[in-house]
Amino acid sequence: MDALMKKELEIFATKARIASTEGIYCAKAGHPGGSLSICDVLSYLYNVEMKIDPANPKWEERDRFVLSKGHAAPALYATLALKGFFPVEDMKTLRKSDSYLQGHPNMNKVPGVDMSTGSLGQGISCAVGMAIGAKLDGADYRVYTILGDGEIEEGEVWEAAMLAANRGLDNLVAIVDFNGLQIDGTIEEVNSACPIADKFLAFNWNVIEIDGHNYDEIESAFKAARDEKGAPTCIVMKTVKGKGISYMENAVGWHGKAPNEEEFNQAMTELNAKLKELEA
Amino acid sequence: MADVIKCATRDAYGKALVELGDRGENLIVLDADLAAATKTGMFKKAHPDRFIDVGIAEGNLMGVAAGLAATGHTVFASSFAMFAAGRAFEQIRNSIGYPHLNVKIGATHAGISVGEDGASHQCCEDIALMRTIPGMVILNPADDVEARLCVFAALEHDGPVYMRFGRLAVPRVFDEDYKFEIGKDNVLVEGTDVTIIASGLMVNEALIAAENLKADGISARVVNMATIKPIDRDIIIDSAKKTGVIVTAEEHNIIGGLGSAVAEVVCESVPVPVIRVGVNDVFGKSGPAVELLHIYGLDAANIAAKAKEAVKLK
Repeated sequence: MDALMKKELEIFATKARIASTEGIYCAKAGHPGGSLSICDVLSYLYNVEMKIDPANPKWEERDRFVLSKGHAAPALYATLALKGFFPVEDMKTLRKSDSYLQGHPNMNKVPGVDMSTGSLGQGISCAVGMAIGAKLDGADYRVYTILGDGEIEEGEVWEAAMLAANRGLDNLVAIVDFNGLQIDGTIEEVNSACPIADKFLAFNWNVIEIDGHNYDEIESAFKAARDEKGAPTCIVMKTVKGKGISYMENAVGWHGKAPNEEEFNQAMTELNAKLKELEA
Repeated sequence: MADVIKCATRDAYGKALVELGDRGENLIVLDADLAAATKTGMFKKAHPDRFIDVGIAEGNLMGVAAGLAATGHTVFASSFAMFAAGRAFEQIRNSIGYPHLNVKIGATHAGISVGEDGASHQCCEDIALMRTIPGMVILNPADDVEARLCVFAALEHDGPVYMRFGRLAVPRVFDEDYKFEIGKDNVLVEGTDVTIIASGLMVNEALIAAENLKADGISARVVNMATIKPIDRDIIIDSAKKTGVIVTAEEHNIIGGLGSAVAEVVCESVPVPVIRVGVNDVFGKSGPAVELLHIYGLDAANIAAKAKEAVKLK
């Protein structure tokens, strides 16, 4: 990937981190850690990989995206807003009783959200259904879904994984946000699904392991997924939970907690400094 | 009675799906390794390109159905009532109900009349579960004629529908020219002393009970309540006003099903006594279906007995 594009994607992701954090701060609730970890892959998906039209969110030929780890809604909303699906300013209404930006994605309220999610393990089943739908219709749109590394402890994920491979859904890409932390602790402390790549391999998926903050690796993974015929692709993406805000990075306590004013100000200082550095 | 036609509502379900496929409707049928029993196997044979077996994974079944519906398909997803409404409740609630997707759940083998398989498979809780999901339509047909029409109505309806079918062959109640409409229930027999509101295979039992009650000088009105949600409030209120007491009859736990739904309307609008005939909050057991129906009081004799008690409460 050329340096200019990489910079643009990083700037977009940093703006998404800022908008996500602002939304969570204004809501006084939400899930910052797992939102910040997926901003880079979302930047690539929505700026490079996916066929979308912000002016026509229900465009039938669009690629579909399902946020199976629905609690990372702030990152998805911020990404959609920055793409022009709705005003970025609306991020400040996140989780408020008069807002369309629900705590977890609602496909009937938020332009650009393709599936309502939030209950872990269910989004990937819906993504599999969408990928089957595309195949049945002879349509060439692709389906993308992001799962948490804690989420894949849900049995339904593996029911869906089995079916996706058995039906040869090469139009489906599942991305596992391997940040190593879940609510009650590290995934090892709770109930680790590791080795994650081996499990998806055993389920007959095409599996690619990358650094989820490295745009060259992200790009080559999605290109390889497009080249794969006859099997769905799983991208196991090593990430840093809380990426971009120093005190949140790799810290268990920042799964589902909003920053206070002091913490928020520090976060904004750090993220804005990063943005300034990128834009220089 | 001469030559009463008997047919299981699950058979009518399978045939209706084939009919829809034959007439070119855009539907996809999903099953979870029970196609031979739920009768979606008929559709699989007729339209294999529109049929998907997801294997023994009911949670995923409902999620896949939701995803297909989100791409513009009308989906019929089938399993036994126990595993559809029971095991996959939360997938139905969150992936289908909350986004109000066009998934029609064809749940077969509902109730005690599953028979020999016993309590683990005799689902008497599904109506209660499905009733709590906002926007869910619940249809519980009395016979094969009505079951077929329920399938057609479900296809036309925009949003999720839960259809409850039985394993046991039951007597045909309706003529071929019977008209069915979601949310519009019908009075099968007029009466003045008590109303029996029945659903599913209990409708035929209610008709027999009403006939037998005549000998005791009791005039029973019989209402077929195939749509349990959205409930036909008008027909319940009208019945309460006209007859002063109501007996409900269902092949379901008396908690949360038809009886509860009727009692809710009656209590809020026209408080009169309501006696519920149903499974009395117990698990079932193995045995021949018809024998079990008698053991659990799911028959005309018990409905008539309860109707007599009800009349005394006036």
